[in-house]
Amino acid sequence: MNNTPKQTGKLPWKCGKCGGELERGLVKASYLGNDFEVQELKCLNCGLVLITEELALGKMFEVEQSLEDK
Amino acid sequence: MLLMEQEELKQLEDKCTQENPPACTAGCPIHVDARKLMSDIQKRDLKSALATLQKKQPFPGIIGRICDHPCEDVCKRRDVGSPISIAALEKFCVQNQSGNSPKAGMISKKSQTVAVVGSGLRGLTAAYDLAKKGYKVTLFEKADRVGGSLWNFPVDQLSPEVIVEELSVLSRLEVQIELNREITRLDLANLQEKFAAMYLGLAQQSADAVELLGKNYELDPVTSATAIKGIFGGTLAGNNSPIRSVADGRKAAISIDRFLQGVSLTASREGEGSYESKLFVNTQEIEPLPAVSMSNEQAGYTVEEAVAEASRCLNCQCLECIKACKYIENYGSYPKKYLRQIYNNNSIVMGMRHANKMINSCSLCGLCAEVCPQGLDLGEVCKASRVTMVGKGKMPPSAHDFALRDMAFSNSDKFALARHQPDCNSSSYVFFPGCQLSASSPEHVENVYKLLTEKLSGGVGLMLGCCGAPADWAGEQDLFRRNSEVLAAEWERLGRPQIITACSTCHSMFQTKFPHIVSLWELMADMELPGQEDKLSGGKVAVQDACTTRHEPSIHNAVRKILKKLKYDIEELPYSRERTKCCGYGGLMSFANRELAQKIVEDRISESDVDYVAYCAMCRDRFASKGKRTWHLLDLIYADDLEQAAVKPGVGFSYRHENRAKLKRKLLHTLWQETPSDQEEAYMSINLQIDDRVWETMEDRHILIEDIQQVIEYAERTGRKFVNPDNGRSLAHYRPLRVTYWVEYEPQNQGFIVYNAYSHRMEIVEGAHE
Repeated sequence: MNNTPKQTGKLPWKCGKCGGELERGLVKASYLGNDFEVQELKCLNCGLVLITEELALGKMFEVEQSLEDK
Repeated sequence: MLLMEQEELKQLEDKCTQENPPACTAGCPIHVDARKLMSDIQKRDLKSALATLQKKQPFPGIIGRICDHPCEDVCKRRDVGSPISIAALEKFCVQNQSGNSPKAGMISKKSQTVAVVGSGLRGLTAAYDLAKKGYKVTLFEKADRVGGSLWNFPVDQLSPEVIVEELSVLSRLEVQIELNREITRLDLANLQEKFAAMYLGLAQQSADAVELLGKNYELDPVTSATAIKGIFGGTLAGNNSPIRSVADGRKAAISIDRFLQGVSLTASREGEGSYESKLFVNTQEIEPLPAVSMSNEQAGYTVEEAVAEASRCLNCQCLECIKACKYIENYGSYPKKYLRQIYNNNSIVMGMRHANKMINSCSLCGLCAEVCPQGLDLGEVCKASRVTMVGKGKMPPSAHDFALRDMAFSNSDKFALARHQPDCNSSSYVFFPGCQLSASSPEHVENVYKLLTEKLSGGVGLMLGCCGAPADWAGEQDLFRRNSEVLAAEWERLGRPQIITACSTCHSMFQTKFPHIVSLWELMADMELPGQEDKLSGGKVAVQDACTTRHEPSIHNAVRKILKKLKYDIEELPYSRERTKCCGYGGLMSFANRELAQKIVEDRISESDVDYVAYCAMCRDRFASKGKRTWHLLDLIYADDLEQAAVKPGVGFSYRHENRAKLKRKLLHTLWQETPSDQEEAYMSINLQIDDRVWETMEDRHILIEDIQQVIEYAERTGRKFVNPDNGRSLAHYRPLRVTYWVEYEPQNQGFIVYNAYSHRMEIVEGAHE
């Protein structure tokens, strides 16, 4: 799955707590004292945020690495 | 060395000789880059070759034909064949490529005037150099033509046409030439008035010089300055060496330029003229080659001959450490450059630290210092930088976090232990097997402990734990010190017994902390060993010396003695004993730079086709993981199935924890008859099904079974997870401390099938917990 081209289709995941659909929403992220606000998939009811493998190992990893070298 | 200061950097940089010029260039009085010239000729690029000559030579067409080539006397090819025929190759260049004079438009003109008396090579060179710097030069020659003794060379060596053509550059540089003008002592005052500076381009103590300056005139050999302000003279007696005459004129031109600019005549002049280069060149493994002879001596080298002769050039470089170390090679340069990069990395206040990964990728193994002719230890610099980075809070957390957590596990109650031998209340010895042997081959720890208690009297205690090497390597000095203090307290409690180490890294870490430590191998070498009598011949093996034993010849010898006892023939690897290579685990390289650490394993295991024997558990596991048949030395004594022992893959990270914990529980139970009261966390009882593909992913991403168990336990308890209604799988995350772990899984029977796992360090702030 992680080797396939960037996913554009809908992800199959639903919130396990309320069964609700996930929608893009504002999410707070922080690393080494740096805070950001990003748009990610989340359950608007329960607040659960989904970080996909592609994001964790791709963009997020890049940002982590560059903050570590700052 | 915490913060590398400028001066210290300079001292370290000086140790790396790679940037020093080759012997030929340093030996040339005007520093012609003969190494570059050879490379130009090899490429048949005569235009570039001539440019290389022109860069230093005022009249290449002349000098290329008459140079007395002191460069050849110092050429390193001398040791392996005969010196490169540099002079003949210069001649080849100037015969086959005509020069272009310097572009007059490039010179910014100055108003100051200089008189040059005498138009031999000294005067010609000084006039040329000063005119190129923009001064208004007038050249006085008593004869009716310029060139002096150049006209004395045989015509077939230096023809009048060449002299005229080459010296025509002076008129293009707008040098005023006054022929038939003999300058006498009476003219000096007049000239002094008319010119801002004057050069008497005459051999020292020559009749002309004496006539102008008197019999006992004073002359500074470094600056060419005479006792009369603004008048400079030749410092070299005689005209036997054309190239030294050129250098003599050049030296004066530099002084005159400085004099006219009003700066110091004496500062930084050490590098002028011939000197001996510090560049180290190893000619030991170079095939001797004789000089290429000319088919026609008179005509000189043909193109083919010239290329062949130039190809004998050794292209002198040091690169000793680069030949030996993949890490140093990996960054495409050499230590002098790396030192500067590391220094800059440490000094940065704002902006990106580009050398962090390089600093954290060194195995700190010390091989570079061993092979460097000046003993430069890049590892020491990397280690000190790590300490600095930690101190400033600038160490990238991802670099060593996993290894430090592994260390914390080993020093937790799950593994750490310090006991007297069962039924003893004192210890003459204490066995410290280390965390990695206990993780890779816990059965060997049991076997060895049994052997030691049987063979040694006075009680052999046992200490399980980590020596603290990961903290030391990570630059975490405080953590390392605290760890050492705990170990020292336990050792005191056992009555200060002699420590027996099985791990070379523990040995090196304890060396300065505890008195009289002894390596297990040193003890075993003098013991009768189990299985020693059974074997006829073990065959041939190559020894992988642990890099942390680099300066422990008694351990190297002991290991070889044990192998001989076990009837193995030993093949020494090209890099062994004090020149051994790290397996890529040392210095936590494999955590900071996995790709490089893999390359290092591949390089090391390709050194010989023979099966390897290691006495470090990490070396063994890492080589075996890349398919190299490798035994741990203890396998050869204790393994039931040697075939299987040679190929068994390394134990994964998850099982390294489990093996250590199990070893402790088992020893407590079997030796001390204690039933450990394990506090089982809820997550530990979760059963997982993990296939090979997922297992590999986990290893690769440093995700442990316990991390996955914690995610699933949390998700199933709180319901905080995502579900896929199409296939019934769940995706959940949990952040025990600094890393968020994600697991895709599905319930199955009494446990869970794991489909995927990944992690990130960035923290996501979620709403509404539980």
